Amino acid sequence: MATRTTPEIGGMGHSVKRKEDPRFIRGQGTYVDDVVLPGMLHMDIVRSPFAHAKIKSINTEEALKVPGVLAVITGKTLEEYKLHWMPTLMSDTQMVLPTEKVMYQAQEVAAVIATDRYTAADGVEAVEVDYEPLPVVVDPFKALEPDAPVLRDDKEGQKDNRIFHWEAGDKDATAKAIKKADVVVKERIYIPRIHVASIETCGCVASFDKAQGKLTVWMTTQAPHAVRTVLALVAGHVGLSEEKIRIISPDLGGGFGGKVPIYPGYVVAIAASVVIGKPIKWVEDRMENLQADSFGRDYHMDAELAARKDGTMTALRIKTIADHGYTNAAAQPAKWPAGLFSICTGSYDLKSAFAEVDGVYTNKPPGGIAYRCSFRVTEAVHAVERMVDVLAQKLKMDPADLRKKNFIPPEKFPYKSVTGWEYDSGAYEAALDKAMEKIGYAGLRKEQAEKRKRGELMGIGISSFTEVVGAGPSKHFDILGIKMFDSCELRVHPTGKAIARFGTKSQGQGHETTYAQIVAEELGIPAEHVQVEEGDTDTAPYGLGTYASRSTPTAGAAGALAARKVRDKARKIAAHLLEVSEDDLDWEPGKFSVKGAPDKSTTIQEIALAAYTNHPQGMEAGLEATHYYDPPNLTFPFGSYICVVDIDRGTGEVKIRRFVAIDDCGNIINPMIVQGQIHGGLTMGMAPALLEEISYDESGNIQGGSFMDYLLPTAMETPKWETDHTVTPSPHHPLGAKGVGESATVGAPPAIVNAVVDALSHLGVTHIDIPITPEKVWQILKGKGVAE
Amino acid sequence: MIPPAFDYHAPATLDEALALLGEHGDEAKVLSGGQSLLPLLKMRFAAPEHVVDISRIPGLDYIKEEGGFLRIGALVKESELEASELIAKRYPILKDTAEVVADPLVRNRATVAGNLAHGDPANDHPATMIALRAEVVARGSKGERTIPVAEFFEGVLTTALSEDEILTEIRVPEPAERSGGAYMKLERKVGDYATAGAACVIALGTDGAVSGAGIGLTNLGTTPINADEAAKHLVGKKPTADVLAKAGELASQATSPSADRRGSVQYKKEMARVLTVRALQKALERAGGK
Amino acid sequence: MAKHKITVTVNGEARSAEVESRLLLVHLLREEFRLTGTHIGCDTTHCGACTVLLDGKPVKSCTVLAVQADGQEIQTVEGLEKDGQLHPVQEGFWQEHGLQCGFCTPGMMMTACALLENSPDPSDAEIRAAISGNLCRCTGYMNIVKAVQYAAAKAR
Repeated sequence: MATRTTPEIGGMGHSVKRKEDPRFIRGQGTYVDDVVLPGMLHMDIVRSPFAHAKIKSINTEEALKVPGVLAVITGKTLEEYKLHWMPTLMSDTQMVLPTEKVMYQAQEVAAVIATDRYTAADGVEAVEVDYEPLPVVVDPFKALEPDAPVLRDDKEGQKDNRIFHWEAGDKDATAKAIKKADVVVKERIYIPRIHVASIETCGCVASFDKAQGKLTVWMTTQAPHAVRTVLALVAGHVGLSEEKIRIISPDLGGGFGGKVPIYPGYVVAIAASVVIGKPIKWVEDRMENLQADSFGRDYHMDAELAARKDGTMTALRIKTIADHGYTNAAAQPAKWPAGLFSICTGSYDLKSAFAEVDGVYTNKPPGGIAYRCSFRVTEAVHAVERMVDVLAQKLKMDPADLRKKNFIPPEKFPYKSVTGWEYDSGAYEAALDKAMEKIGYAGLRKEQAEKRKRGELMGIGISSFTEVVGAGPSKHFDILGIKMFDSCELRVHPTGKAIARFGTKSQGQGHETTYAQIVAEELGIPAEHVQVEEGDTDTAPYGLGTYASRSTPTAGAAGALAARKVRDKARKIAAHLLEVSEDDLDWEPGKFSVKGAPDKSTTIQEIALAAYTNHPQGMEAGLEATHYYDPPNLTFPFGSYICVVDIDRGTGEVKIRRFVAIDDCGNIINPMIVQGQIHGGLTMGMAPALLEEISYDESGNIQGGSFMDYLLPTAMETPKWETDHTVTPSPHHPLGAKGVGESATVGAPPAIVNAVVDALSHLGVTHIDIPITPEKVWQILKGKGVAE
Repeated sequence: MIPPAFDYHAPATLDEALALLGEHGDEAKVLSGGQSLLPLLKMRFAAPEHVVDISRIPGLDYIKEEGGFLRIGALVKESELEASELIAKRYPILKDTAEVVADPLVRNRATVAGNLAHGDPANDHPATMIALRAEVVARGSKGERTIPVAEFFEGVLTTALSEDEILTEIRVPEPAERSGGAYMKLERKVGDYATAGAACVIALGTDGAVSGAGIGLTNLGTTPINADEAAKHLVGKKPTADVLAKAGELASQATSPSADRRGSVQYKKEMARVLTVRALQKALERAGGK
Repeated sequence: MAKHKITVTVNGEARSAEVESRLLLVHLLREEFRLTGTHIGCDTTHCGACTVLLDGKPVKSCTVLAVQADGQEIQTVEGLEKDGQLHPVQEGFWQEHGLQCGFCTPGMMMTACALLENSPDPSDAEIRAAISGNLCRCTGYMNIVKAVQYAAAKAR
């Protein structure tokens, strides 16, 4: 990959070794549970075994007798401070601790404060709660029936279990197109609940300093500034004031969207600390994490794809029921209740499309936006990539050919989709061709034909996805009203080193390295000399955090532009030092030189020193800049993935034989880090496709609420991913870069499903819902009479 | 995640351990590797007042052939069984089994004896020990007795061991000439319990017919299953595909699995059949016959 | 309930503590000894984030009682670097981008160290089998395997 800077400087395109690693490889990271403060107490939570029940009484007597238990906090305690309910990010309301009833199994009911975590656990066991079970609603379709119990009777005017209705595209044009199409294929596609299950669970250490009136919270949060502002608004009435709230998001053991919501545990710990005046640590167990924290997906989609006989796709229609749990606490931009689902036309030049989503309340934990979904892009892409294969099957066309026939061609970019997106750049056929060549597509189809004759089951599945990331332009994107810009504050020191602070928050994506590389690219200061900081709201400029692959598109851009502002000032100083006019200077990374006299030059380090020791008269000293970047558009990374599977006819097990991933995220900052993101994303794409699922029985009991049954892939289940890339820069991003963190989680599941269905298509199978368990496949084989 | 409080004892001898069990009865639980007991305590599914750790008792970690038997001491770890050359050479079915118990880290603590004594039908060694016609030695206040493994399992987490007995040794009859065994486990991922597991041991006579067979099944009922009918069906017959297929069906009929996330009753019963056939094929290969 | 006085050798240093019977080894290390490099990622003995070497063998320290470790030798991630020199495994993880969030990393590295003691030139398959008790959510395991192979080559 062509680079503008030397490896010593380490700008864009260099696989710079990660700057954050030295502490992690020594076990010296600081994760929330590593934080220990003098006098710190521990909090543990009593949780409801019922999915829907009245709380008749909470008896804390026995718990308070346990030596070391200091307090038990209930909804009634918080009610005194009007903190028992709080707003969600989608302007709904959620309970912090209930006063009347519980609405999902594992809901927080009370919190025990004790001297140590073992005692807190004993205290939790000793709290006696008397419940009166109520009828449970777990099926969102049943929740919409006229006689279903109204779950949110606490909401004024709420007469049913509907949350929202959202539409995109042209309903009538699409209906017409479908009606007159030569061929229409239709499937019901259900994507079940899954859970991010980052290896570190959620937690906080809340420390209220009574003397200073200052609250400091170490918190597992991907968006510390938003948390600070929300706390100031929600708890202002109990004396918390934004300038005296400090949220520190330290090292995070993975986030994937699961650390965006403000969970009740945090609020209770904060309240406890304010009231008691001591630091309170709360770290959840894995089972609590899986059972109560934000899930991802749970979309029931009815999808239709219409086409002409020759394979030209003409219309797409999707109707979705979105199961949101008991409240709308999805962590997504405010005006987008179904996230960016309208990207569902994907990589295809569809002339009409219509998508509608209805959100529904059920007796389950709230959430919906998590697990690397890019704000519902995983769902949208799953639908369209599946339907393209269903159509290919119906038309008896090769799925690669069908895709190529319908790809948005390169000359149409920037491309306005019928659902309102302007795709910045794309080169879809090139990516697919590269994938097909790398995997040996033609040879595989031959092999498949031969194997089929012998009754052996092998399948090839393609997914050619377009992603949409980088929320987002202020015109359309906000979270609780706060616009989704992001920021960089960059300061260069006299000795030519720099510090750069950002409003985002890495949970493993490597910002301490990649952001330094951006500064290196723009200023020529070696990346190793650029200190990057995120996560402390007392020092970092305001930002909306890291999720939905937005960091490079927003904060990365801010970093580049802040660096350019610094360079502009540096040019002035250089002109002063070299005694020429600014226009007489050429720039190359790291130095200005006089046009036509290249030996007359000055380095960025010399300029930095001069900024403090020899700056021009009338100019402020110092060499720094801040930039708040309002992206003009989102970015549209894309790719083509091809998966080969073999199916065991005796057990139904699916083995991924090969998986080729070609990704395009525009200009790449650090190829090694991007590849790592793809590896991880592919694994988090395979997991839901084959292994992971959270479900509920009729009584609302969770199935899959521990690692016993919520199956994370080990190194044994994970295939050897084969990755490569194309580069189609974003025309509007200052670095030509796009986001990439979630591409693979978006693109991989449909490639795998397509492969399995392809293995069985000659038997008439057109669709299988994920997770594709061995039994699901076996039942199909049995039904078709081909099981061993 | 946090166990309830208990008293911990680490006796230095077997007699001391037995005395403690005698004293505390059903308020005591034996601890060795801890990979079954500790998870239960952490979930607070069990709350014994006393935990008797036998892992400090010397002389219980042997793997040796003696007097016509393979003898595995109470404290032999799964990882030791997995690494043993003797086992790999003479009892590969035991290596098959050890290799699929949980994961390699758990196997560095978990004991083979514990895998039996815990009485969980989802554990892997019971089926293998049944197929091998093994027996266990139990030492208690009343002395020592031998219990055939086929009679050892009484119910979920219940074995023939009384409160004051400790399983001290597992005895496996030395393999006959021209015999072989194999264990096959269908699992959703490495580290999971079996969706279904089949342990098959086959011995062939000089005429090529089956002279002896044992079949044990994992996680397909409330106890590990001795698929006796299936094993008997093989004896005296040449092990043709049809004969193996029938044995598979009989094995399947011997199961009474529960439906759960690993599979429906129907699927598990069918997998019992499929795995039995595959394990028989592998056992035959090892026995030197086709 | 009585407390027990135990002595363990951690990274070569003898350390004592008075502990409840039920104290898990991982909490002894993290809370008593303030060695927070060993992490907790689950409650059902699945994830392996808590892996340490106990008498040289990698075990899940969340499923060992502190009292069971009395008199034994424990090695944690904090003991890998010696005299300012990174262990080849640490070097490998850094060089090959074998970590992203770093949370599973200490446990993963301890397992790798033990593997390399017994198997100085492990294949891809051997490494994957050896780390099958250590879950990672970030890396997809590809670079972890490369990191271990790098360390193996370095150590040879």
